[in-house]
This record gives sequence, structure tokens and C-alpha cells, in this order.
Amino acid sequence: MTDTERVTTQAPSASLPATAGPGAPASGAGGTTVVAGTAGTGTSPAPRTTVPRRTARPGPPPTPRPLGVLRAGDLLAVVGALVAAASTTALLWTQVGLFSGIVGYVVVTWCLFVGFYAALVSMAESGPTVRDRVSAVVVQSLGALVVMVLAFVIIYTFWRGKNALFHLNFYTQDLRVTAPLDPLTKGGVLHAIVGTLIEVGIAMAIAIPFGLLAAVFLHEVPGPFARFVRTVVNAMTALPDVLAGLFIYATLILIFGLGFSGMAAGVALAVTTLPIICRAADVVLSLVPGGLTEASFALGSGQWNTVRFVTLPTARSGLATAVILGAARAIGETAPVLLTAGATTFFHVNPTSGPMMSLPLLAYTLASSPFPNMVARGFGAAFVLLVLVLGLFLIARAIGGRGPGQLTAGQQRRRVARSRRDLARYERRAMTRVQIPPAPGSPVR
Amino acid sequence: MQSEDSPTAGGNSGLEGLGLSSRQAPPQPGSSRRKSPVISRQGQRPRNLRSRASASDLVFRGIARGGGAFVLVVMLLVGTFLALRAGQALHKAGWSFLTTANWAPNGGQFGIVAVMAGTCLIALVAVLTAVPLALGAALYISEYAPRGIQRLLTSVIDLMAAVPSVVFGLWGFWYFQWRADYLSRWINDWFSWIPIFKVTGVNRTDAIVSMTHYTSSTFIAGMVVALMVTPIACSIMREAFSQAPLGEREGAYALGATKWGMIRAVVLPFGRGAIIGGTMLGLGRALGETIAVALIISTVFVVQPHILQNGGSSISSLIALRYGAATPFELSALMAAGLALFGLTLIVNFFAALIVARSRSGAQSEA
Repeated sequence: MTDTERVTTQAPSASLPATAGPGAPASGAGGTTVVAGTAGTGTSPAPRTTVPRRTARPGPPPTPRPLGVLRAGDLLAVVGALVAAASTTALLWTQVGLFSGIVGYVVVTWCLFVGFYAALVSMAESGPTVRDRVSAVVVQSLGALVVMVLAFVIIYTFWRGKNALFHLNFYTQDLRVTAPLDPLTKGGVLHAIVGTLIEVGIAMAIAIPFGLLAAVFLHEVPGPFARFVRTVVNAMTALPDVLAGLFIYATLILIFGLGFSGMAAGVALAVTTLPIICRAADVVLSLVPGGLTEASFALGSGQWNTVRFVTLPTARSGLATAVILGAARAIGETAPVLLTAGATTFFHVNPTSGPMMSLPLLAYTLASSPFPNMVARGFGAAFVLLVLVLGLFLIARAIGGRGPGQLTAGQQRRRVARSRRDLARYERRAMTRVQIPPAPGSPVR
Repeated sequence: MQSEDSPTAGGNSGLEGLGLSSRQAPPQPGSSRRKSPVISRQGQRPRNLRSRASASDLVFRGIARGGGAFVLVVMLLVGTFLALRAGQALHKAGWSFLTTANWAPNGGQFGIVAVMAGTCLIALVAVLTAVPLALGAALYISEYAPRGIQRLLTSVIDLMAAVPSVVFGLWGFWYFQWRADYLSRWINDWFSWIPIFKVTGVNRTDAIVSMTHYTSSTFIAGMVVALMVTPIACSIMREAFSQAPLGEREGAYALGATKWGMIRAVVLPFGRGAIIGGTMLGLGRALGETIAVALIISTVFVVQPHILQNGGSSISSLIALRYGAATPFELSALMAAGLALFGLTLIVNFFAALIVARSRSGAQSEA
């Protein structure tokens, strides 16, 4: 097709299929087809090219019509059963006096509620319907309970720590001069925040490269050795975190004489996190569609290029999620830090010598103290920790949360722009070829 | 984490079967290493399809092997070192390590009966509380929740799994154990004829009995650990439930099933492996939980079968509380106890992984 006029149709669609360079993962929604001109040299009026029809862009999947209809009777049954259960329990609590305590009240109310509700529904409905309704109520209340308890734990932590949290000195001072009875306007947790960041930084500096490298190894160089490594790594995810701390305590601290330090804590956290990151990354890599890597091999690229330009970019968001969740796990680990970092009230940034405080350890230590202000600081430290974890988690959600090949709007735009540029390039090349006809007998490219 | 259902099972095998890949895959049954009859009839030898790896590939493979070997070495180092150090204590204690309840390594009398029993009881309470919660929450998210909040709830559960255990520990220590002791007392009042719910030293008719009989108990520690286990088990179950095939769901509805009937006939059987596997993974986590237990429980070194009673023990909290002032021999004894715990979690996790992987839904699930 050197001397024929190459007709390329310009599709105005915004969803041109990506030109499959090795770096470009498969486009999710190619809507049009570009048909290059065929090498027809005859005079037949047959069209040498077909004008592609734009297929309609696939819209969102049709949402099912909501079939459930909320009837007034259903609602009344729920409310009625709830009121009846609460009243009956109140009667039992206040008049009969069999029980006491709020937790017991809620539990008994709930059990009675389910019973009353079943009775109410069974007046009007058949057996299967009653079972359906009752199990729906049970499942929904269990789901609500789980979410409520989480919200309560977080709110409680904030509530107990709020007195400490709203003082600026809480974030700018350490506890070196803070006596147990000092007011909350004195002393803070800066040393623990910095210590946590340093320790987790050390842990991640070890765990991320080696964890990811090992995951790539498990995925790319299969064989008996890889199987063995995978077995061992999976086994080590079961290692209780306190045991990792004990290992570092017995080796780095007691045998090598490193002493309680941020370095020891960082290494202990790395030992805990390494198998977790490695395993999660292994799972993410195995989710990369085989067709992509096969296409890359078929185009002649070697294994390294395939990994570099296909596998890793495709799995990037998943890998980032794995790493960030590993970091979140490392930030929250208390037991390894408890055994290796020591405890100090001083601001300290040198990880190789001297004890270093971290947030979970500080929360643990302060919350066991008998002084109310120290407890408030402990809860404050726990809440700061929670915020750090939440931040990491949100970052992980923003990056990950979508599988390989699913693009964000920005990525989709960039990909379309790249396709346009490629298209323009093809056209320019086709133009130059038309202008310079090849000499007769020259090898056809 | 990822809920993609990409076709990975047969992903690369086709390529390897053709021998085009430069990977050194184990030869697969029925691969094309057999001579093609067409070629051999023409008297030609089949073209050698094995590719020579380029220099960059060789370097890459070498580095990858190195990374794998490093991780392997680190992991084996931890295991062997702990085993070697634990060996000292085990050598001295002999079989009495498995039969003694007391923990006084310097006195030469120590064993894991009490701490192991305490660990298992806490984990048992945790799992028995967590599984209904996790199952209910998972079913709610995948089946009942409105579409709009489904994704949000999934995130909330995943976030709950990431909440540091010390936060739950503080909550349990400062709040929950002073509310749940009434529940403990209530259970004791009415069910003390069941041996494990018995609390010695209290009398139902005694109005001024101190509530401290009920705090710091195995039951309360187990309930707090349950809160940490619930999201882990829940996210595994939810993932499996949401993958239950649509065709079978609609088939059940078409046959006239109610929603619950559909769940019982399709979703639960489909996710059975994930339910069991998620439960066991939660159990493994509950066995190893340290800080919350160390905060709540007050350690006693006798087998404490009365879960509502003040006092209990667990291996990980024992290590966390005792490592500091430990003599080298005591440290070795702690490592022996830790190793026993590791063995237990290893077995539990192994079976969990096995069940999850062999179930219909679990091929994509992960811990």
C-alpha cells in the first residue's frame, strides 16, 4: 500500500481506539473503527473505503427499575414493633427490675423487636414472606450496627481528645517539661508525630522496593523457587506483629547493641509490612489481563520491556493502593514499636540512636496513666493517628479503587489526545508517500 | 481490595504453551512441544521456538530473583532465629512446656497451657461475636443497601479494617468495659448454670457486689477484638457475595423466590468458601492481637475457663508486657510461647487460604 492513496477517515468521535503502543494499556471503550484504504487499483466504482459508522457510545448500564414498593403497612409494622419492644423492655427494666445497663437494654429491645415484628407480619403474610421480612430486618440492623459502632469509636476518640486537640501547642511541642498535672496548654505530641513519620518512612523505604520487587519476581519468573517464596511470604503474613518486634528486640537491640531507636522500630515495622505489601502486590499483578502482556510479547518486546511498559503501568493504581494500605497498617502497628522504639518525651529526629516516640505507643502509654489530662493527650494522639490513617486511606481510594484498564477522566482525555496526534502523524506520512512515488522495482515496504 | 473479575486464570498460559514467551514456565501438559505431524511428514525438524532472552531481560530476571531471594532470606531469618532461640527454653522445659499453666521461667516452671487457653478463648469470643456482625453487614452492603451508598459503605468497612488497633483498645479500655460489665452481670445472673458463664465470688442476690468482678475479662477483651475482626471478615464476605452470578439470582427470582430465598439459595452457597475463609482469617488476626488485649485484660496464669470473670491471659499480651525486664532465658521462653502462637495462626491462615482458594467465589479474594 505504498502508492495508493491512503484514505483515513477522520472520526469526530471522542473515543478513538488507542493506538496500541507498548505503553498504552487497552482502551476500555473504543467506539469507532478506522478502516484504512485497501489497495484497489482497478477502476471499479466499488468504494475503496468504508465510512465507519459511529456506534452509539455505550451509555451507563441500564439501572434496574426499583420493584420494591414501600407500603404504609410495612412501615407501620416496623415502627409498631419498635415501639412495642422499647416499651416492653422499659417495663422489664423499671417495673420488674430484672436487668440493668444500657447495653443489655438495647440487646433485649432488639430481640423483642424482631419477635414482635415477626408476629405483626405473620398476621397478614404467608410463611416465606415473613421469613423474608424478618431476615431483611435482621440483616439491615446488623449492617447499621457495624457502621454505627465504627462511627461511635471514632467519635468517642475525638470526644475524649478534643480538649487537647484544640490547643496549638499540642502540635508544636513535645512532652519534655510536661508534668502529669500540667494543663493542656502545655506540652504536645510533636515528637510522636515526627517519630511515627520517621519510623514509617524507614519501614517503607525497606518494604516498598523489596516488596514490589519480590511481587514482580513471583509474577514474572514462575517456577519452583517462586512457589516456595510465595508460600513463605503467605505464611509470614500470619506472623503476629508482636513477634516481629520480639525478633528485632532480640537481634538488633540485644545482640547488635543498636539500642531502642527509631531505626530498630522502622526495621521491625518493615518486617511486619513486607509480606503484606508483597502479597497484596502479587494479587494486583495477577489481575493484569493476560491479553495485554501477550499483545506486548507478540509485538516483539522482551520481558523487561513488557514489565516496564505494560504490566507495571497497568497495575499502577492497584500497586499504589497496596503500598498505601501497607503504610496505613504500619502506622497503626503498636506492638512492634512498643518492643523496639523505647519511649521518650523528647523531640528526637536521629533514628540511629536514642529512643523515639511514636503515636500509637504514645496513645497506649498515656491512656493507661491515671491523670485526666494525660488521658486526654493520649486520646488526642490516637485521633491524630486516626487522621493520618484516614488521609492515607483516602489517597489510596483516590488512586486505586479502579481496576487495571479503567481510566480516570483525565487519563481518558490524554489518551484521546495521543490518538489524535498519532492519527495526524499517519496522515502526514501518507501525504509524503503520495508525493514521492517510489522508483519502479524498489522493494515494497 | 480490588474487586475486578478479570480473566487471569488462563492469562498467560496460552503464550507459554506456544513457547513464544521468554518465560521459563514449567512445561504444561498438552503444550505444543509435540512435533506437529505436518512438519515431520515433510522431513523438516520443527523450528526451535525457544527465544533467547536479551541482556536486559537477563538483568531484569536476575534482579527480580535477587529481590525474591532477599525477601525469602529475611522471612526465613525471622523464623529460624525465633525457633533457635526458643529452642533453649524448650530444651530446658521439655514436655512440661505443654502441660504447665504457670509462667515463671526464672523459677524453671513455665508452660503455655494458661496463655494458650486464654488466647484461644479470646479469639473464640471475638469470632463468635464478629461472624454474625460481619455476615449481616456484608449481606446488607451487597444485597440490601441502596445503590448510592453501596460504594460508600464498602469504603467505610475497608477503612474500619485500617483503624489502628490501639484506637479500639482505648475505646474498650475507657468506655466499653464500663458499659459491658452490666451485660456480663446479666449473662452471669441468668446463665451461670452454663459453666463458662460462671463467675466465682459473686452472688445474684447480693446487691452490693462490686462490678470489678466483671471488668478486664476474657469476654470484654474478646468483644473488643471482635470489632477489629469484623471488618476484615466482612470485606472478604462482601466481595464474594457481590460476585454471585446475576443469572442465578434472576433465576431464583423467576422461580418465585423472595429476596431472602434468593440469598439463601444463591448468594450464601456461592459465598460459603468466603464465609469460612473470612472467618478463619479473622480468627488468625484475633489470635495475634496484642495491644487491645494488653490494655484490657489483667493477666493471670491459671486456665480461666470462666470468660466473664476478671482476669485472663493471651500470648501476645504476655510478650508485650513481659519482654522489658526479661532475662535472656525468659526472653527465650517468651519466644517459645510466641512461636507456639505463630504455629497456631499459621495453621488457621493456611486453612483459610485453602478454603477461600478452593471455593467457587474465592479465586479473586485475598486476605
